[in-house]
Amino acid sequence: MKVEQISIFIENKSGRLAEVSGILGEAGVNIRALSLADTSDFGILRLIVDDSEKALQVLRDHHFTVSKTEVIGVEVPDQPGGLSSILKILDQNQINVEYMYAFVERSGSNAVIIFRFDDVDQAISVLLKNHVTILAGKKITSI
Amino acid sequence: MDEQFRIWNSPAECQPREQLEALQLERLKQTVRLVADQVPCYQKKFATSGFQPGDLTSLDDIRYLPFTTKEDLRLNYPYGMFAVPLRDVVRIHSSSGTTGKPTVVGYTKQDINTWTELVARFMTAAGVTREDIVHIAFGYGLFTGAFGLHYGSEAIGASVIPISGGNTDKQIMIMQDYRSSALVCTPSYGLTIADRLEKQGIDPSSLALRVGLFGAEPWSEQMRTELEERLGIVATDNYGLSEIMGPGVAGDCLLKCGMHLAEDHFLVEIIDPDTGAVLPKGSRGELVITSLTKQAFPMIRYRTRDITRIHYEPCACGRTLARMEKTSGRTDDMLIIKGVNVFPTQIEEVLLQIEGCQPHYQLVVDRVNNLDTLEVQVEVNEHIFFDEMKRQRHFVNTAEKRLATVLGVSAKVKLVEPSSILRHEGKACRVIDRRVQ
Repeated sequence: MKVEQISIFIENKSGRLAEVSGILGEAGVNIRALSLADTSDFGILRLIVDDSEKALQVLRDHHFTVSKTEVIGVEVPDQPGGLSSILKILDQNQINVEYMYAFVERSGSNAVIIFRFDDVDQAISVLLKNHVTILAGKKITSI
Repeated sequence: MDEQFRIWNSPAECQPREQLEALQLERLKQTVRLVADQVPCYQKKFATSGFQPGDLTSLDDIRYLPFTTKEDLRLNYPYGMFAVPLRDVVRIHSSSGTTGKPTVVGYTKQDINTWTELVARFMTAAGVTREDIVHIAFGYGLFTGAFGLHYGSEAIGASVIPISGGNTDKQIMIMQDYRSSALVCTPSYGLTIADRLEKQGIDPSSLALRVGLFGAEPWSEQMRTELEERLGIVATDNYGLSEIMGPGVAGDCLLKCGMHLAEDHFLVEIIDPDTGAVLPKGSRGELVITSLTKQAFPMIRYRTRDITRIHYEPCACGRTLARMEKTSGRTDDMLIIKGVNVFPTQIEEVLLQIEGCQPHYQLVVDRVNNLDTLEVQVEVNEHIFFDEMKRQRHFVNTAEKRLATVLGVSAKVKLVEPSSILRHEGKACRVIDRRVQ
């Protein structure tokens, strides 16, 4: 159910994103999705990659501060109101979304959204009860 | 008396050197006897070093006495170093300490009188008279600066405006309307006032200002020139530290060739900060001060950590008291930011308390628009890195709030990548002070 996401601390200065993607590229790690939250001083780069362990390893070797987080990938109907229907379910069940971002690739005819929740397990059970499709970690990284 | 060189207390300030030294020896003996009788910390120190108060027969013998350090004051916090019962203490001041605990100092009524006298001396040396309106823009509070200058001004008979710090526009309005003639503040705040005057299009010569008495932070000759030119004043320096008394330990005369030390109340030495050895007269080294007349808080060979040099040739102003150069640095890593003492160890403790880990950090001190700024750069590690922005920001905000509480000055916390702080031989360089570059 859950997908491993890696987060990387980067200073808000030129060339840092290039450095991270360069390190991963050289290690043969493929980036599947990414999002960047930033402030004027620093940013938190979140990535879903095809080999999290390897990504963690090479980034640590290059003195980056990294962490691993569990997120989930949800299939969202790729049509008007598709995302809204899912957020409504979460809201009605008082599930708080920490952050979310979209996957570039589709899963069949659906879009894929990555969600980070405070309480992942509770979020999963609510979504399943409401017949929302949650993609398996393996499937996500190989889309 | 030459109008140009007024002297507050000629018998004291212009006495022959032999007479001064005889007085110093007599007072040193009294002080040593006082602490040997009343202060357990000194009883222990004397016992350890095998020193007997009776051993003291010349001023040179002071080298056999033990030093007192900021650490001693910390260990005896709050009142352990007092030599009189609290009922004889009429005033308490304090300054920041190395580990979050401040240093507490006390004054008897006589100590306050001495302090007042010594401030009156250097203010007179700077040309302040009873005709002056003294504008005191030091913060009034536990910090010794404002009260010291306040009492000294009153003793001279000048009119005091106890405006305290901050609110520069109001300061300028009062200077204009009340005709302030002597400005008392930190040199950096003096420049802030100059900037604001410029911005408001006010010509400094339209003000009544004629002299500035600047202290509480180190400043350069270049800054003196700038203050004099931009404010149209004579800018004088004065030196003091709360552990010794506060302002009044030394101050410029109008010749500005070194600050006259109140040697009848303080015995000064210059030592090698590494070996503790007393250096020959005229050497540059760490200033060590022994109080000669203090009752409540006597200090034996207090290590100021300030680097300076002392000149003993008599001054053309008529004073025979030795002159100390502007301090040129510190032997420890203490910083003076907006007049407040800041030690890197305080910052270490705050960071340690927040997440229970010891990140690498570096302090960057700068002067922006003539105001000191402190940035604490903290290398992120996995203990203080969160995937959620709100927790990451919470860490930064908590650190900033705690630092402001502990240090007494605001600090900006900036998270930086691991290994981005330069290290020399594996040791992080803790402080970058851009004000002195």
